[in-house]
Amino acid sequence: MNKKLLTLLAALFALSLLAAACGDDGDGEATDTTTAPAATEAPDEPGDEMMDHLGDGSLGAVTVEAGGAVQIRSLNAITGDVAFFGLPLERAVILAIEDYGQIHGFDVDLGTTLDDLCSNDGGQAAAQIVVADEDVLGVIGTSCSGAAVAAAPLITDAGMVMISGGNTSPALTSDLAGTPGENYNVGYYRTAHNDLFQGAAVAKFVFGELGFTTAAAIHDGDPYTQGLAQAFADAFEAEGGTITGFSAVNKEDTDMVPVLTEIAAGGPEALFFPIFQPAGDFVADQAPGVSGLENTVLLAADGLLNTNYLALPQTAGMYFSGPDSRFGENVNQSTGKTAQDFLAAYEERWGEAPAAPFWAHGYDATTMLLDAIAAASYVDADGNLNVDRQGIRDYLNSIEGFSGLIGTINCDDFGDCGAARITVVQNIGGEENAVASMDNVVFSFVP
Amino acid sequence: MDEGAPPSGAPRPRPRARLLRPRTRVDWFLTVIRVAVLIVLAVGFTAFIAQEINPDNPFARWANPDATGLTGAQFRGLVISGIAQGSMYGLIALGYSMVYGVLGFINFAHGEVFMVGAMTGMITSNKLADAGLWESNFIGSLVFIVVVSIIVSSLTAVVMERVAYRPLRGAPRLIPLITSIGVSFFLQNASVVLLGPASKSYPNVPDWVKAKHTFLQIEGAKILVIVVAALSMAALWYYVDRTKTGKAMRAVAEDAEIASLMGIDVNRTIVKVFAVGGAMAGMAGILWGILFRSVIHTTGFLPGIKAFSAAVVGGIGHLGGAMAGGLSIGVAESVGPLLILEPLGVSGVSQLRDAVAFSMLIIVLLVRPAGLFGERLPAEDRA
Repeated sequence: MNKKLLTLLAALFALSLLAAACGDDGDGEATDTTTAPAATEAPDEPGDEMMDHLGDGSLGAVTVEAGGAVQIRSLNAITGDVAFFGLPLERAVILAIEDYGQIHGFDVDLGTTLDDLCSNDGGQAAAQIVVADEDVLGVIGTSCSGAAVAAAPLITDAGMVMISGGNTSPALTSDLAGTPGENYNVGYYRTAHNDLFQGAAVAKFVFGELGFTTAAAIHDGDPYTQGLAQAFADAFEAEGGTITGFSAVNKEDTDMVPVLTEIAAGGPEALFFPIFQPAGDFVADQAPGVSGLENTVLLAADGLLNTNYLALPQTAGMYFSGPDSRFGENVNQSTGKTAQDFLAAYEERWGEAPAAPFWAHGYDATTMLLDAIAAASYVDADGNLNVDRQGIRDYLNSIEGFSGLIGTINCDDFGDCGAARITVVQNIGGEENAVASMDNVVFSFVP
Repeated sequence: MDEGAPPSGAPRPRPRARLLRPRTRVDWFLTVIRVAVLIVLAVGFTAFIAQEINPDNPFARWANPDATGLTGAQFRGLVISGIAQGSMYGLIALGYSMVYGVLGFINFAHGEVFMVGAMTGMITSNKLADAGLWESNFIGSLVFIVVVSIIVSSLTAVVMERVAYRPLRGAPRLIPLITSIGVSFFLQNASVVLLGPASKSYPNVPDWVKAKHTFLQIEGAKILVIVVAALSMAALWYYVDRTKTGKAMRAVAEDAEIASLMGIDVNRTIVKVFAVGGAMAGMAGILWGILFRSVIHTTGFLPGIKAFSAAVVGGIGHLGGAMAGGLSIGVAESVGPLLILEPLGVSGVSQLRDAVAFSMLIIVLLVRPAGLFGERLPAEDRA
């Protein structure tokens, strides 16, 4: 009997502790929110000291003390299967910061570069690290749309901005007709194209150039692959073609015969699979062996457009859609550099050419962020740099006619700033031709 | 490894006891589930047959109006790919089953032994390809990488036993089980540290291996996988059933204490069990490499879990059962989505292959709790 009473008491005690802990938490948040406006009021007080800068202080401000550095972060897929895609993006951020120089006499600090692991979990974990540091103003990333879905809400809620050089999923911005995507967050921007353009480009290529009327698509459930496969299917049907199959694989599948058999039942002339490695290796390898797909033309997208994949024997002759990387004499207006300058610096520093496209998008995204910080900040009488978070967004929202490596950049109301120029390249075949294949353009698309 | 085990002395009272025992709610519940599962399977299968007979008949269309059925060649392709995949599961499952037979615990690191085999094959075959031998003498190279990979994976399994399991021989069975999960993480991360996190490819196989052969239009690589798996299985059966060492293994499996009284070196025998299980996993690793030509540090995880399921489906501790379990899981996950689920109108069926594989495990356990070939163990012998 006594024992029971004791347990009951203990349970009650534990419960009260828990309740107290929860209460504390709530208090903590409350004080947090009260301090935030206080910080924003500070610059309003000495009104005459304020220099001309963007922003109304509604998201708070960050003060960089004299001698300190402006904090931004890079959040890209730098390890694992898709490191080939995130590493060039991260390196583009590093080079852009060096080329840009100081902001009002303050250095820009990238801190430790973060990894989005190209996954929802990875994006979330890294975003939590970012928002824990209240001095961070903006993030260049993520590489993968799947990571952005988890990272964008956290980062934008903290008042920071996020500019991605690699996300292309329509869900992250809008349908280009005024409806925000289901994962759109105010404060999210990107220089990569919206995949509605890429889907349309592939559909036009398959229907118009190759002259096929039937096609199928495979995705892997990731927002990027699913969005792109769907965009292609919709655009292909709008062109007048028929989608004979639309299916999905798991990222870790190796035996693709079942899904390919499912697709083969419809007898498509073309198969579009905008997925990643290693699943993409297995699809390209096993498709010709499945009855009904022997002569089906294979197409993939920018997720597989890298020298490693192009070097595989089974991908010879395949078509790949991706951003137009013929940058020519485009000059980034903030640093005055061209793509040639960038590539020369990249090769000198890392001893290789970028393994995947989108490096130029990362470079332009970084310079846009640094320009925005410059426009939204001023140096006060004590020599501190005051940056208005809302001002950064105001600047990015108003970007029009920004000259970047990728061409002329205009931001729409939902964060789409990309140049939307898409090309389709064909793999010449063979390891020695992998780099040349990236530039073997057979079709180009401008909306 | 219960083959040849004498039937338990007592005249089995269990079936009658089960009949006499009043049926509880749980029994009723299980019966309802069994019946429901059988109905779903039957309806899906009938709808598929209806589609195959005539895609336009109403029964074929009622659940999934878009279903088109499969051609004979496509169906054959699915079955063959399932058998090829299943024979690899079976080879891995042998290791789970043998270790369970002698030590009574599940060695979860066994999937990683398979990965080590596949990685060794990748390194060796790429070296051979650099030297030009891979193209000029494919069969010779294949035998060579099989030998190297079997040696390395057997060694891995033996070292694992010596370092991680032998010190825990007297401990409760849960302890080595948890240790095996730790060993599994260790091996995966060791692979990342040594070889990097990216996926690595095998060199391209000669055209005759990739091409479809006139015999049933099966790809050479798949024939190779199935034949080699069958040969390995036969060799293992001979080893366990006909040699003295095999006899010792069976004796240890039955009762280690009495076996040691009979003059059998129990530790030596256990080491041999690990070595043989590791060799089978190494063989499976090479077959994996030949078939899929790509390997990464997590390669062992999912096949390992499925092979474990295969061992349970076949009746854990039973060698033939492990192979049969592997084949049935491989074929089920390959054929099941299109055969049962698509005619029922389930969408995205190809993503459900893992679900099908594990449902197969559940269904078999619902009907035969000890697995297809397993014997009911008395309560005190269960892990």
